[in-house]
Amino acid sequence: MKKIKTPSELEKLRKSIVAGYDFSRSCITICKGTGCSASGATTVVDAFREEIKKQKLESKIDIRTTGCHGFCERGPLVVIYPEGIFYQRVSTEDVAEIVSQTAMRGRIIERLLYVDPVTGKKVVHEKGVPFYNKQLRLIFGNNGRIDPTEIRDYIGLGGYSSLNKTLFEMKPQEVIEAIKQAGLRGRGGGGFPTGRKWESCRKAEGDIKYVICNADEGDPGAFQDRSLLEGNPHSVVEGLIIGGYAVGAKEGYIYVRNEYPLAVKHVGIAIKQAEEYGLLGEDILGTGFSFSIKITRGGGAFVCGESSALMASIEGRLGEPRFKHVHATEKGLWDRPTTLNNVKTWATVPLIIDKGADWYAKIGTEKSKGTMIFSLVGKINNTGLVEVPMGLPLRELIYGIGGGIPGEKRFKAVQTGGPSGGCIPEKLLDLPVDYERLTEAGSMMGSGGLIVMDEDTCMVNVAKYFLSFTIDESCGKCTPCREGIKHMLEILTDISEGKAEKKDLEILEELGNMVKETSLCALGGSAPNPVLSTLRYFRDEYEAHIKDKKCPAGVCLELIQYSIDEAKCTGCGVCKKECPQGAISGQKKEPHKIDKKICIKCGICLEVCKFDAIVVE
Amino acid sequence: MVKLTIDNREVEVEEGATVLQAARKLGIEIPTLCYHEALAPYGACRVCLVEVATGKRSRLTTACTYPVWEGIVVRTDSERVIKARRFIIELLLARCPNVPQIRELAEKLGVKQTRFKTADDECILCGLCGRVCKEIIGSSAISFINRGIERVMETPFEIDSEVCIGCGACAFVCPTGVIKIEDINDYRKVEIWHAQRELAKCKDCGNRFAPVATLKYLKERIELPDDFFELCSGCRRKKLGKELVNIVGSSSDSSNP
Repeated sequence: MKKIKTPSELEKLRKSIVAGYDFSRSCITICKGTGCSASGATTVVDAFREEIKKQKLESKIDIRTTGCHGFCERGPLVVIYPEGIFYQRVSTEDVAEIVSQTAMRGRIIERLLYVDPVTGKKVVHEKGVPFYNKQLRLIFGNNGRIDPTEIRDYIGLGGYSSLNKTLFEMKPQEVIEAIKQAGLRGRGGGGFPTGRKWESCRKAEGDIKYVICNADEGDPGAFQDRSLLEGNPHSVVEGLIIGGYAVGAKEGYIYVRNEYPLAVKHVGIAIKQAEEYGLLGEDILGTGFSFSIKITRGGGAFVCGESSALMASIEGRLGEPRFKHVHATEKGLWDRPTTLNNVKTWATVPLIIDKGADWYAKIGTEKSKGTMIFSLVGKINNTGLVEVPMGLPLRELIYGIGGGIPGEKRFKAVQTGGPSGGCIPEKLLDLPVDYERLTEAGSMMGSGGLIVMDEDTCMVNVAKYFLSFTIDESCGKCTPCREGIKHMLEILTDISEGKAEKKDLEILEELGNMVKETSLCALGGSAPNPVLSTLRYFRDEYEAHIKDKKCPAGVCLELIQYSIDEAKCTGCGVCKKECPQGAISGQKKEPHKIDKKICIKCGICLEVCKFDAIVVE
Repeated sequence: MVKLTIDNREVEVEEGATVLQAARKLGIEIPTLCYHEALAPYGACRVCLVEVATGKRSRLTTACTYPVWEGIVVRTDSERVIKARRFIIELLLARCPNVPQIRELAEKLGVKQTRFKTADDECILCGLCGRVCKEIIGSSAISFINRGIERVMETPFEIDSEVCIGCGACAFVCPTGVIKIEDINDYRKVEIWHAQRELAKCKDCGNRFAPVATLKYLKERIELPDDFFELCSGCRRKKLGKELVNIVGSSSDSSNP
């Protein structure tokens, strides 16, 4: 590929790419994001290729593998164009039929259609699926339209035209003004105004500056950064180059976890392709501006998502945070002025340059602009990634898009912001989701994780879960985070085992507040949030564990007992057969009994009983 | 120079100084555990927390790391500071209930006992030993391994580190005395670092006096006559005394014809 040297050459290339598309041709797109791949998409893709070859339809049907569409719950996902017919949970057995019936004849295969759990109706087209049509997929939308390993797909959709505009029509300060005016805030969770960060870095003294993309996504259940890097890496690369130009950096780093092999691979391909096309490297688009990007692979320490620990890790030092009395924008990587932003922030940049700051600023709330990508996980029907405008009420996210709670269970709480965030109870379901509101509610935006919990969830157990995550991930440098979290977890464990006293609750609360106040970095500064927020909204549940020695949700093993309701038991013997301990006895067709001394409370009897006769209390 | 206020007293210190240094200039005592004036500030133990107000905002920060700014108002004795320091020392007391230095500091800060479950550790993970080994000696024979509560100071692979020169700087800076150096017969033993170093023999008296590796290290860095490193400190003093007598003696002879 000859390097592109002028704006008109880029435009010419884009036109030729678009002219090469035959929109009337049938195209089968298969999501090959990590979620769908885990559900078998790779073999489905192979099966499609083979089938098309077998039927000699190469000239009539295209196949395109794309990045994550977000609806991971229903994967592997297949969309057939030009109609946009949407099939879910496709397996290799469906392939021949899809090719001959849908792709060739436009016939719908009913069994592969998505059924809306609310209306019970089958949905034919992707755009008709409520999970999608209630979203505003500005950053994430192109994931399903392009092959992430093909730069031409990205350019065909207008990719790199923002870089073009930046380099030829805008001064660095104008780029910063646009980002400021758009109101973009850091999508890693802190929500710091991006434009102000850039400006401070631009103004900082020094001829060598850096920009960094933080892709060290570590929150349990969050995978939006991963999906963006896997599904649309060029959008991040383009954002990073624009940022480099704006702050005066010639080098950029993408710090990505090594546990994201596909993301590492796709970003690597994207960088190489952008260099080949003259969009990255020396003398970009013939402007004289040079910029290079290196990938640093993280070793999987959660704390390395913290900016100063991340920079230490790039420098080859121990990944632990340092005090930040002087901002990284003045003294960051190798003590040089550095701008670090999250994957989603960088991916938003080309969009703002392309469509304008005013357009962007119209989306969202007064202080939180634009869209946010959330990962909806836990007890929810539609697990997946969703992009919505800031300010959308939680209820709409969970019920409108997420399809509500499975199994007719009742919603109990939603944890936002991962292990650094907090649990938000049912009474706050109408809370509009933005940076300020979530913080007021004792939680935080974080990187956009939403873990939904139903009535069967014990909040003490939830707090315990998140703390056992942070206790493992705390770097251990500062006393309060290292020691304080340990003692918090000890108390939580005592509570869950019925060994705690009333005063322990006060100590737990004090520990939480003090660890927040005295820790060195944001990990310790936010680690107590799951405990403090559950104490705030579900104190009675803690008290039940302490005073009554009961776990109302029936989760904490030390506090529950299994027994059999004699009136309901038919004596079928299934539980007796399945019990691994041999703790259940009884004659056929007579009510059975559980020997509580032997019972290990594994819950198998509860699962296998068809008569609802197992009682947990 | 930068002017700031600490506990209602104004002080002027050089730019680049820390709040801790400024407070010490005023004779205001701020407890520290992970700080040593010869080493770069670390900010890990958190016992030196102070309240710093810039404009209307006030927050807790570590005095050992915080650089002075013009006009900042520092409180080292506010309720918030006292509460925070007590919390930190209570945590450390739970970790090291039997370390006299920690007990003393706890008592000084008004903490008699800890409400938390106690362990029996002697190391507070201040990192001074590792930092002196790296920053001053340049050996990096020890460093932190593992994360969180599993964190410990160790040698690579938890075996004797060949770059340890047995100098004992780590033991010298350790605030709890957990690093013990023992010179037994011909060897110096630093059990905590799995190290054993041969002690050199004094050329004069024949006593073993310092690790061979330490002397080699010093010889390469300090310009002194070679035999300086071959004598123990006693014999060196004797030798110097003799030489001095010789010089003084001969000069007094010449001044008195």
